[in-house]
Amino acid sequence: MRTIPACALLLASLACHAATPQQIGQTYAAEAAAQQPGFTPSAKRGEALFRQRFAHNDKMPACTSCHTDSPLNAGQHAVTGKAIRPLAVAANTERFADPAKAEKWFGRNCKEVVGRACTPAEKADFVAFMSEVR
Amino acid sequence: MKRLTLLLSLAIVLPAYADRLPLPADTPASYAAECGSCHLAYPPALLAAGDWRRIMAGLAEHFGTDAAVDAQKRQEITAFLERHAGSSAKLGNSGEPPRISQTARFVRKHREVPARLWRDPRIKSPANCEACHRGAADGNYSEHDIAIRELKR
Repeated sequence: MRTIPACALLLASLACHAATPQQIGQTYAAEAAAQQPGFTPSAKRGEALFRQRFAHNDKMPACTSCHTDSPLNAGQHAVTGKAIRPLAVAANTERFADPAKAEKWFGRNCKEVVGRACTPAEKADFVAFMSEVR
Repeated sequence: MKRLTLLLSLAIVLPAYADRLPLPADTPASYAAECGSCHLAYPPALLAAGDWRRIMAGLAEHFGTDAAVDAQKRQEITAFLERHAGSSAKLGNSGEPPRISQTARFVRKHREVPARLWRDPRIKSPANCEACHRGAADGNYSEHDIAIRELKR
């Protein structure tokens, strides 16, 4: 019986590489700095990106369409109605704790809402905002 | 007498059982992660194997969204869905693309729900099981546990 939790732990550690939001932000910031020397992440720009309305998808024109005006709030999928836990780290400690998961959702959601892939700079700014917002 | 007791207990248990659709014990973690973020991780018995195969083959254009997963996860999730898929004879035609909400079984089970309620902001879409079936994530679809007051019975 004892082996089951042990296996679960082992599996969990293999399946997801835990990281802090700071580490995930730093990885994106380093990528961005390689493209534009001197880049530093800005929570303010991250917030602007979070609120920007794009002309790509009329069902979900902005991040706020599903995540509400405050990332501290729980959201709701604009099409399916499914509940979405808060994006802000202060309200949901599971956010930005797994680099692969963060990258997956930037990939899906930028494509769907912005209409293109987000740049490393945008991702670094976004992570900064989500880490700092209170 | 024994047989009667058995029949009686079956009569009590079976209707309740029909509303219980918990995710199978062998549900891969990838199913919840990939298929349970934008909508409920639907019980695989709600579509037939062929329907699930069509869904899984078209994830890049999944009801207007790119829900593509890598090849290994696609294989794992498809095999899981096939293992636990429902009977196409009982479910009925699910349309193209296949929709759980178009199967004859779903339509019959929801025939008392007025059309205006499907568009109610509390519900939004037939995809949103949990709006009414608040225990859906745990597999409870009992008609006696409905969150919407107008549909309570």
